[in-house]
Amino acid sequence: MTRARGFLVAGLLVAFVLACVVSFYASGAPDGLEKVAEEQGIAAQATDHDLAGSPFADYATAGVGDARTSTAVVGAVGVGLTFLVFGGVTFLVRRRPGSHPLPPSAG
Amino acid sequence: MHAPDGYIDIPTSVAAGAVAVVAVGFALRGARRELDERTAPMAGLVAAFVFALQMLNFPVAGGTSGHLMGGALAAVLVGPWTGLLAVTCVLMVQALLFSDGGLTALGLNVSTMAMATVVVGYAVFRLVVAVLPRRPSSVVIGSFVGALLSVPASALAFVAFFAVGGTVDVPLDTVLSAMLAVHVLIGIGEAILTALTVSAVIAARPDLAYGARGLLTGTELRLGATAQVDGGTR
Repeated sequence: MTRARGFLVAGLLVAFVLACVVSFYASGAPDGLEKVAEEQGIAAQATDHDLAGSPFADYATAGVGDARTSTAVVGAVGVGLTFLVFGGVTFLVRRRPGSHPLPPSAG
Repeated sequence: MHAPDGYIDIPTSVAAGAVAVVAVGFALRGARRELDERTAPMAGLVAAFVFALQMLNFPVAGGTSGHLMGGALAAVLVGPWTGLLAVTCVLMVQALLFSDGGLTALGLNVSTMAMATVVVGYAVFRLVVAVLPRRPSSVVIGSFVGALLSVPASALAFVAFFAVGGTVDVPLDTVLSAMLAVHVLIGIGEAILTALTVSAVIAARPDLAYGARGLLTGTELRLGATAQVDGGTR
């Protein structure tokens, strides 16, 4: 069990480093869909996001001027929240030891 | 690839939302078979990892970028049902917290970025693994090819929804060829990132990679069985 926990901690650490630090160097160019939409005259149809005024809208932290810090906060919030939410969902959905459809194997 | 609000009309958005809700409903049932005490935290990690990788836009040709979608990766690591739920969770966090992907476009984005990538990515993965020798490197090759094809499949799914309910009258064949051309390139990045991640997991904990089950050596199988007995007797 400790090896599994070690793997989990190491994996989360890598995810935090990627989201908080490495993502600062990500390409800012439009992505595939954005580019095609611009070229084909679809992009003009886009409307503003309903939550455009939220504190982390567009991967920027409101009130934080420094771009590196802003990105780091966004990355930490996103990775942390995604892990907690989905870890919680899967914890609720998982097979309980007592409700295993198969009888415990001999041995 | 996150579509904003306004690209497809409201009836089509509602239909895409209904498709996504039904798919998530089935996935919640199916994921029960894939998740136990050991794999549930792993699934949380995979969702967090996909979120992180989606922040890393890499440049592709002509002033365009792309990022991992993660459907193939998540399906190989935690199973297709759980993988579908994981990418859906990432898309919801992105739409609600980071205004990435419109709220009315959430069903569309789940259909294209979670469903299409998981279905095509995992089906291709299984097909490739079935024809290759039964060893761990086949899992890496299978995940590479699955990821490679999952991205153009996602682009194709978007164009299909746009053909039904696009809000502007533009020639569909041009949109289709432009979408496929750029997403074939992004698919190469998806394939490299997916194969790297899958090989790292298999090197560290082969028993935790869903797609590697049944391909393990005798020693690894015994370790896995011991861990399961431990989990069952706690």
